[in-house]
Amino acid sequence: MSGRYELRFSGAGGQGLILAGVIMAEAASIYDGKQAVQSQSYGPEARGGASKSEVIISDGPIDYPKATVVDALLALTQEACDKYSHDLKEGGILLIDSDLVTKEPVGNFKVTKFNITNTAKNEIGREIVTNIVALGAMVALTGVISKESAEKAVLARVPEAFLELNKKAFNVGYEKALAAQK
Amino acid sequence: MAKKVAFMQGNEAGAHGALYAGCKFFAGYPITPSTEVAEVMSAELPKVGGKFIQMEDEIGAMAALIGASLTGTKALTSTSGPGFSLKQENIGYACITEVPCVIFNVMRGGPSTGMPTGPSQSDIMSAKWGTHGDHPAICLVPASVQEIFEETVRAFNLSEKYRTPVTIMPDEIVAHMRERIVFPEPGELEVINRTAPSVPPEKYKPYDTSFGDVPPLAAFGTNYRFHVTGLNKMEDGFPTTKAAIVQAEEERQVRKVEANADDIIKYEEYLMDDADIVVVAFGSTSRSARFAVNEARKQGIKAGLFRLITFWPFPEKQLLALSKKVKAFITPEMNLGMCTGVVKGCIEGNAPVHGIFRVDGEPINPGQILDKMKEVK
Amino acid sequence: MAFDYDKYIRPGKLPHIWCPGCGHGIVMKGLIRAIDSLGLDKNNTAIVSGIGCASRLPGYIDCCTLHTAHGRAAAFATGVKMAKPEMNVILCGGDGDGTAIGGNHFIHACRRNIDMTYIIMNNNIYGMTGGQFSPCTPTGAKASTTPYGNPDPAFDVAKLAIGAGATFVARGTAYHATQIDKLIAEAIQHKGFSVVEILDDCPTTYGRRNKFKSVIEMMNRLKDIAVPVKAAEKMTPEQLEGKVLTGVLYKQEKPEYTTEYAKVIERAKGAK
Repeated sequence: MSGRYELRFSGAGGQGLILAGVIMAEAASIYDGKQAVQSQSYGPEARGGASKSEVIISDGPIDYPKATVVDALLALTQEACDKYSHDLKEGGILLIDSDLVTKEPVGNFKVTKFNITNTAKNEIGREIVTNIVALGAMVALTGVISKESAEKAVLARVPEAFLELNKKAFNVGYEKALAAQK
Repeated sequence: MAKKVAFMQGNEAGAHGALYAGCKFFAGYPITPSTEVAEVMSAELPKVGGKFIQMEDEIGAMAALIGASLTGTKALTSTSGPGFSLKQENIGYACITEVPCVIFNVMRGGPSTGMPTGPSQSDIMSAKWGTHGDHPAICLVPASVQEIFEETVRAFNLSEKYRTPVTIMPDEIVAHMRERIVFPEPGELEVINRTAPSVPPEKYKPYDTSFGDVPPLAAFGTNYRFHVTGLNKMEDGFPTTKAAIVQAEEERQVRKVEANADDIIKYEEYLMDDADIVVVAFGSTSRSARFAVNEARKQGIKAGLFRLITFWPFPEKQLLALSKKVKAFITPEMNLGMCTGVVKGCIEGNAPVHGIFRVDGEPINPGQILDKMKEVK
Repeated sequence: MAFDYDKYIRPGKLPHIWCPGCGHGIVMKGLIRAIDSLGLDKNNTAIVSGIGCASRLPGYIDCCTLHTAHGRAAAFATGVKMAKPEMNVILCGGDGDGTAIGGNHFIHACRRNIDMTYIIMNNNIYGMTGGQFSPCTPTGAKASTTPYGNPDPAFDVAKLAIGAGATFVARGTAYHATQIDKLIAEAIQHKGFSVVEILDDCPTTYGRRNKFKSVIEMMNRLKDIAVPVKAAEKMTPEQLEGKVLTGVLYKQEKPEYTTEYAKVIERAKGAK
């Protein structure tokens, strides 16, 4: 990889997108030996509203910490998709929740969709791990960091009692994204 | 042994920098976007026997800070715009009484409540002139998570060395972004403590200028009993209205910082050797500027970056020298021209200064700076 | 033998700034006798004040003294006490300083029950600025900013302190000089936030505007309105009309703040 790789995790406040971004960046920076910066913007609401977390990954030093042209975008809600897809690059990766984002942005994107939130809720059994399912999917689709590093970073950031739950969420997201991509 | 590495937020790094510097007291009041500093301090300070107190308001927090520091304890507070305004009263008190303390002010939109979660760089004039009266000002403006840690240590050092409050002011972007940080080992960074009195208690005067412009400061609760007041005072600490003393004391307080500007001022020059277009920037905006400078170089524009790490005292001498050899300055900043005005004020009209101003809660992006470079080249 | 105040007065700092007839000097002498009776170490005693006539008191006493910003004494003192809990911390100031601009710091110091003693000299007026009405000026009274009589209701400082959580509250008057040191000494010995309100007089800016013919008349008023708590128990509501209770009004044992914080430190050190 050369130059900057820009990812944006977007959805609603309370969905854990900032944590997903932090884990992605931490995996790149601490476990994969790359450089990474994570930043965020959020509204005054602790829950709801549109929220985004951005991650820049590079082999060299990263100066501008925000996205310039986004390589990969996750959108978990329609509002986030509408608000944050404008600077997704042509041919960029777009991962959306197929139940919650019904209107796709117009453009030449590599779109992957599956029922991310419902996968967390029904298959894993806890809606709270939606962000980890989405993270697994983003790791699979972008290939910008190794699966092993990402998994390590997930396990380092979640409470001990929920290690298995999050491991499962990550792997199901990873596999589902690969399947949906085909 | 490998050094401790972490992936951490700027605010968290500031708290850890304070602990590294030996901070043992924190008083604050919750305010976005600086609250993480208080949260880390509330968890970490008691572990090392330090004290954390959440005060009833911003004014009280600044007051408690000064009270704690007078017992010989290194003290920190964190705040943001509206809180910084409220703290100004007692920042002035710390200036005139010459009590060391560090204010970690995360810059958000303003005036008033403004945009609590949006970035800004509009507190830089408040850092110098926010409190009334003439007084010294030291203000540091870090641009990365690692630098927030290191500059927080330096903020304590300067505060202790010069017996004056020091503000460290990351903008919201730098304060909230996360990056890798490599923790310095104990002893790796210099840690300065205030000079204790060398005379016996009966000879001690808290503003005894026979020791120079920065007199030694004793601690309450030792054998040294002394008086501290916000009134203009004599060398024994008691109030006076004698014109000659008041004039001399005020001048000394400002001089102790201004005359040591070379020790306090820190900046970074990037691709400056042959630069004819110089971007003067600080905080997150300097990161956009570096990106723009790199792009400009690819396009054959001789651009360079003069990155401020100390904002006050301002590197007037350095910019005046630069102004005699460059074609133009570009000053991107997340306010409506505060730094631009300061730059203009010290270069005697030797070169044009082109500001780029944003106060919409969005960062200045590299494209904006690059466009300006093309325009002025 | 007469009490030797010079042991505690800073040499060369008298005469004080207070007007003839002002009660603040009486309170200062009471405080000095209290410090002496308890044998407090001057090196280990901080006296903290805000701004105003009463707040000039610390400058005259040979301890660690901190004359802060208007209303902020309790907040500065909280920093001193938290950082060095082993110090004796005494606050003093006037009614305007403590209950108006400093009201927030005052009630929160009460709430925390931090082990400090606050002496409020209540002379019902802002004296230093020339006699503007304070939150403790009686309704109807004249002040330089109430030329038609004060429309504001007044605070009861003691009730305010009790309501906010102070665990020792006492009241004395500048007339009852020999009681002042006893009240202050008991307050200092109390573990928790203690408040001693001393009803005081300001002949220059209050008495003059409110038809007091002399300092003696103002002092006599303090004598007349004061009723010791014990005596009040035997009096009817009619008899107590216009009177003010003096003595120890409230005393309770409750967890003290710096002691509680020491437990926080223990818990934090035990945490992973």
